Amino acid sequence: MQQDWINALFGGVLIGTAVSLMLLWNGRVTGISGIINGALSPVKGDTLWRVLFMGGLFLGGLVMGQLKPAVFTNTVNSEIWTTIVAGLLVGFGTIMGSGCTSGHGICGISRMSPRSLVATIVFMAAGIAAVYVFRKLGVYL
Amino acid sequence: MKNALSALAVGFIFALGLGLSGMTQPQKVIGFLDLFGHWDPSLIFVMAGAILVHFVMYKLIRKRKSPLLSTQWHVPTKKEITPALIIGAFIFGVGWALGGFCPGPAITSLASFDKTPFVFVISMLAGMFLYKSSRSLWKLQDI
Repeated sequence: MQQDWINALFGGVLIGTAVSLMLLWNGRVTGISGIINGALSPVKGDTLWRVLFMGGLFLGGLVMGQLKPAVFTNTVNSEIWTTIVAGLLVGFGTIMGSGCTSGHGICGISRMSPRSLVATIVFMAAGIAAVYVFRKLGVYL
Repeated sequence: MKNALSALAVGFIFALGLGLSGMTQPQKVIGFLDLFGHWDPSLIFVMAGAILVHFVMYKLIRKRKSPLLSTQWHVPTKKEITPALIIGAFIFGVGWALGGFCPGPAITSLASFDKTPFVFVISMLAGMFLYKSSRSLWKLQDI
């Protein structure tokens, strides 16, 4: 348990370092849903960095999976439709709300953006309420 | 090209952080949101660590006239709390709770070559596309 917390803290420090480098180098916020969304409507000269960023996320995953395969443990046993609905909601909601955990939750809060603070409180509260309801409904098998 | 290679490096470091912290394990994310059940608070430290670093670095970096690889800053400046912001965040929160994935960890988890992250990412792209193509119907434009 204690090791989980230490890993979480160091993981968080790495994430904070990554988003700081994005700001220092490219002058951008690391909002992952926004980066993906921009790549879905390609604009000349503004697409390659988005694709390579996602490539970096994938490469990091490959390396992490080699170093510590347990990082991809998924014990949530649910039916395939829940994954499909979850993906649809996350895609739809993050574009409607202009951000996700990275853009609002980390970058936005760090620069004390009122929009990001509100969005983070709303998605956390919605997530907590939803887990409560989904447990009652037996969505997680 | 330089700003694309730097983005690759950022994505790489970000993914290592996600893996180390536990964000690529949906049961940990759902456990973190399970405040009224078997709450697993460890993911608080992910946000705390990331915000702590970036809060300090943001102030230092923004003292510069411009970033290193761009002539200007591209940081959002909007301040209005719009209905789209709130409804969108709510919908995202419900989806996050249902699957245990948010966009970054989902992309990183594709490297597991498991079926679940793959299905999730395809659905997420479809959800993004769905919002973009139906945006005018909602009359809640946020961007």
